[in-house]
Amino acid sequence: MLQFNKSLCENCYTYDCLTKCQYMEIDVETASEEIKRLINGEDSFVLHNCVTCYACEEYCKKGNHPFYLITDLQEKKGILPAPKPIVKQWINLAIPTKKDIPHFYGAEEPVISLCLFPEYVKTLQGKLFEGLSLVVGRYFFCQLVYLHFGKPSLIRERLPKIIENIANHGFKEVIFFHDECYSTFTSYANAYGIDVPFRPIHFFEYLYNRLKELKGEIRPLNVKIAYQRNCSTRLTPEKEHYLDKIFDLIGVERVERKYDRENALCCGGIIRALQKYDLFVDVQKRNVEDMIKAKAEYCVFNCPACYSSLSERVTKAGIKPIMLHELCKLALSKEG
Amino acid sequence: MMLELHRCFRCGWCKYPSGFEDYNCPSYARFRFESYSPGGRLWLMRGWLNGELDWSDRLSQIIFSCVACKNCVENCRMDFREEILDWIISARSKAVERGLVPPKVRDFLENLMKYGNPWGLPKSKQASWLGEMERFSGQDFLVYLGCECRYEERGTEMAWNVIEILKKAGISFGVLDDESCDGNEVLMLGERGLFEELASKNLQKFRELGVKRIVTISPHAYNAMKKYAGIKFEIMHFTQLLLDLIRKGKLSLSKLDSTVTYHDPCFLGRHNRIYEDPRKILRAVSGLKLVEMRMNRENAFCCGGGSGNFVFDFLSGSDSPARLRIREALDTNAEILAVACPICKAMLEDATKTEGLEGKIEVRDIAEIVLSSAK
Amino acid sequence: MKEEIYKALIEIVGEEFVSNKKEELYIYSRDSGLSDPSFPDFVVMPKTVEEVQKIVQLANREKIPVVPAGASLTLSGLTIPHKRGIVLDMRRMDRILELNRRGRYVVIEAGVTQGKLQSFLEKNCPDLCHSLPEAPPSATVVGNILIHGQGNLTQSYGFNSSMVTGLEVVLPTGQICRIGSCSLSPYWFSIEPLPYLAGLFLGWFGTTGIVTKLGLKLFPKKKLRDVELFVLEDPNLLVEAIYRITHTEMAEDVTTIAQPYPLMYRGTIMIGIYITGDTEEELEFKRRIIWESLSELIKAKEGGFMALMPEMKKGLLEKPMSGLTRTADILKGGGFVYCGAIIPVEKFPDALRKLVEIAEKNDTTYAHSGRVIGRGHCMMFAFAFPFNRNDSESIKKAKKALRESYAATLEIGGVPWKPGVEEQDMILEKMDRGTVELMGRIRGLLDPNGIMNPGNWEVRL
Repeated sequence: MLQFNKSLCENCYTYDCLTKCQYMEIDVETASEEIKRLINGEDSFVLHNCVTCYACEEYCKKGNHPFYLITDLQEKKGILPAPKPIVKQWINLAIPTKKDIPHFYGAEEPVISLCLFPEYVKTLQGKLFEGLSLVVGRYFFCQLVYLHFGKPSLIRERLPKIIENIANHGFKEVIFFHDECYSTFTSYANAYGIDVPFRPIHFFEYLYNRLKELKGEIRPLNVKIAYQRNCSTRLTPEKEHYLDKIFDLIGVERVERKYDRENALCCGGIIRALQKYDLFVDVQKRNVEDMIKAKAEYCVFNCPACYSSLSERVTKAGIKPIMLHELCKLALSKEG
Repeated sequence: MMLELHRCFRCGWCKYPSGFEDYNCPSYARFRFESYSPGGRLWLMRGWLNGELDWSDRLSQIIFSCVACKNCVENCRMDFREEILDWIISARSKAVERGLVPPKVRDFLENLMKYGNPWGLPKSKQASWLGEMERFSGQDFLVYLGCECRYEERGTEMAWNVIEILKKAGISFGVLDDESCDGNEVLMLGERGLFEELASKNLQKFRELGVKRIVTISPHAYNAMKKYAGIKFEIMHFTQLLLDLIRKGKLSLSKLDSTVTYHDPCFLGRHNRIYEDPRKILRAVSGLKLVEMRMNRENAFCCGGGSGNFVFDFLSGSDSPARLRIREALDTNAEILAVACPICKAMLEDATKTEGLEGKIEVRDIAEIVLSSAK
Repeated sequence: MKEEIYKALIEIVGEEFVSNKKEELYIYSRDSGLSDPSFPDFVVMPKTVEEVQKIVQLANREKIPVVPAGASLTLSGLTIPHKRGIVLDMRRMDRILELNRRGRYVVIEAGVTQGKLQSFLEKNCPDLCHSLPEAPPSATVVGNILIHGQGNLTQSYGFNSSMVTGLEVVLPTGQICRIGSCSLSPYWFSIEPLPYLAGLFLGWFGTTGIVTKLGLKLFPKKKLRDVELFVLEDPNLLVEAIYRITHTEMAEDVTTIAQPYPLMYRGTIMIGIYITGDTEEELEFKRRIIWESLSELIKAKEGGFMALMPEMKKGLLEKPMSGLTRTADILKGGGFVYCGAIIPVEKFPDALRKLVEIAEKNDTTYAHSGRVIGRGHCMMFAFAFPFNRNDSESIKKAKKALRESYAATLEIGGVPWKPGVEEQDMILEKMDRGTVELMGRIRGLLDPNGIMNPGNWEVRL
């Protein structure tokens, strides 16, 4: 059950969740009407036009859950943000099968979960990741992506088993490679009253602490970077201070630009999956032009899906796309 | 090791380099029967092991005409690609166990055991300058020569060139009185027992003498020693040491106004992924223009000397791999074909002669090029 | 007798290029499909058309079957010598004879492989390409054309066999002929407007003669290439989608994919739409027109374009796609067979339903890939079944599933592409009697001694 407190909205006069939306033009008056409709479980254009960027969860300064409300209502009303076959692909992607067994590979704490990103296993090598055990597979996949496809009930359906898989192995703390996993076991679990019997650790926290230990070996990179905030990061903005500390440690400047922090733009990946091609091109173009204007040399990603979606356009603009952990590895590498 | 020969689909990707320019499997390029292609060979091995085919001279020639160049491993698109050469070696091991190797291979191995070299030559036939060489007794480097560099003319030339360079650079090194074969070809031929014996002899000697760093002339020796000695000792190919010396200014090079093309030896290249070091050496020589053959680096076409074929010559003929390769070198308009392996040197130099290309292109080893330009 | 023929063959091509050794006979007796092996007596590798002619003349005199072979990758056993005889491995005849850039054609010998031609064109005229099938680079260009193969330009220009501009053929009785403009002009630009004699040799599986040279149309190759995957659940809507995409004339290649694994693909069907352009603008222009053509389906939420991960896109854009060859290792068993059915596009739902039924019935996994031919004039629909060469059960299942797929193809009104001898019989059985008679008469006329790839297209009246 979503722990949505409607009295918080009744005492809101700015309706930031809707007025700040970057993809729908909603003024305060319209916002006050639509939020009422949403709270009452009625239909609203918001449910049909939302691009599922997660931002309203961050915009809400009252600690309520507008985005989770939207996704629950979309499902209730059978509103699919994306075409049915695309939704089916995503549902099938993470079906736990009989053949799938949780692959712990003899993992012991400290342990990091790479869920559905086995291709990144080989990148977690070297001093930065010494002593870390890795777990990979569908059985650790947080399922949060179904928020994009109007199927949040799948999350609640599959999550208990995922939590059980992790807890049964006796892990007290788990580092999550993907921000979305971390946000599931904190923000989402909290919002739905789901008990999480282990402490989720954000990748940023791990990287920062490890970099501090290796401080003497860091060679400051002295480059300007644009940071691409992914959607789920908006669910847990409280961990972002680690990010700025990491940038300080490795000597990179996070350029001041229009589409960063609260004003960040979606990478476009999901917008394309929702078949809004013109919006996808527009969003990516504006984002990259903004990076060029701010003279960024690198575009740093924390999310592999953002990387897949945006790296081509970034590269064509002459900016180097790079994952955050690869940037940290660069600062520790001996070679130039 | 599990032989999964049934997984070969005989699709033929393995015959090619990455750009599909032309056939890049030496035995297939030479014989052109499908039976001599990597897939054909694997299917025949399976047929033999299944009892469908009896051993024969032809079958033994097919199985031993693979020169272990690894082009198939590089280009096969299936998940088992890394094991293809191991499977061929395994089949050879079975042939060895059952006493079924071709006479030339049998002689090769017997000579090695009895005389320490595959030609069965007495010690007196070694390079005469060996007698004057400083013996290893704790110097910085052990220079491991190998039988090609002790007995074969082109090999001994090459070793001499390397040694002269090391002397010029003031490197402290010594050679062994008596060397045990590095074992590379023995390993490729499937004689596992002999290989382990040679490896252990070498390791023991290196330990007794307090060897720390070994430089090999031949990439074949480099390859084998990396496998069994790489953990305890630092193994280098001479091109790696040469590059280091050039970088540290211990060797200054003058001019050499020539167009040169470089032939990647399989045991340095595809086997050990060393492509750029030799090229960096050549580029350090001012006036030297480095041009590339069509098939270079991981796509290099093998000279055909590997896996003992520099002795048994199963791939000889008007379209032998070495002759095909020298024609390719000629196409670059280079005056010099640079090599980093004594076997490549012998194979390609012979091919220059049989193709009637003397005077049109010259095979020179990298050490000779460096020496002729070193102040 | 055999000894004499062996000596005669050595006289013609040289000792190095004839074999009667069991190793060669073993390899050439079988292909990578599931046909029963059948040993030849000799394997011969000619280098010139004169050598081919002499071999055919010898074969005629001695009444020995001759089977011309490229890389033997049809998987239908079309180069297996069913009645023994001589297998002619044509791959020593591998010269690229002429590239006419303005005329956009190339003249090649029979043994030129896909890889060699592809690489040659990339190096010598990067703005031209040929229609490349998804076969390994070792497959021969002529072999693919002679079985009416398809390639990445087929949606735009038709079967690869419709791209022939000239032929040089050695008839079964030993005469050498040229077909097309090359028979009276130094230029190999067209078969038309002369009587279409090429039809006597295309699709006949070597039973009417041996093609030694071929003129091939080349087409513009643009600098950039990209791919979109349009995903649907309803096969009937796929038919509609293909109609709309082909109407735009913006796509170079249109393919279809349906398979139960990986799980992400289960229950959906995908259309691969390839676009090319010399500039980003051209590419974007084509992409938008294609997106627009499918907007109704998108609005109805019935179909959508998939976001492609870089690795997946790389695999789809690979030319040729090695992923298709890797189907052979799905069961870690080195094999797959497929019934390539040429069907009207509107029969896609029936074909897919049959495929799933056949796979379920035979308890085997399957994969479907397909390619639209021309502007949707028809399509190639593959019923593909991987098998494990070491597992006789899996072989049995795949064989049965294959047989049933051929039967299903004929049932729904399709025509099997590159059918093996059994399937050829099924076709001849169903075919119009007049047509069958005509085929028989042509064969009898051209090959009175019945030496050319016997067992194939055997008309029994």
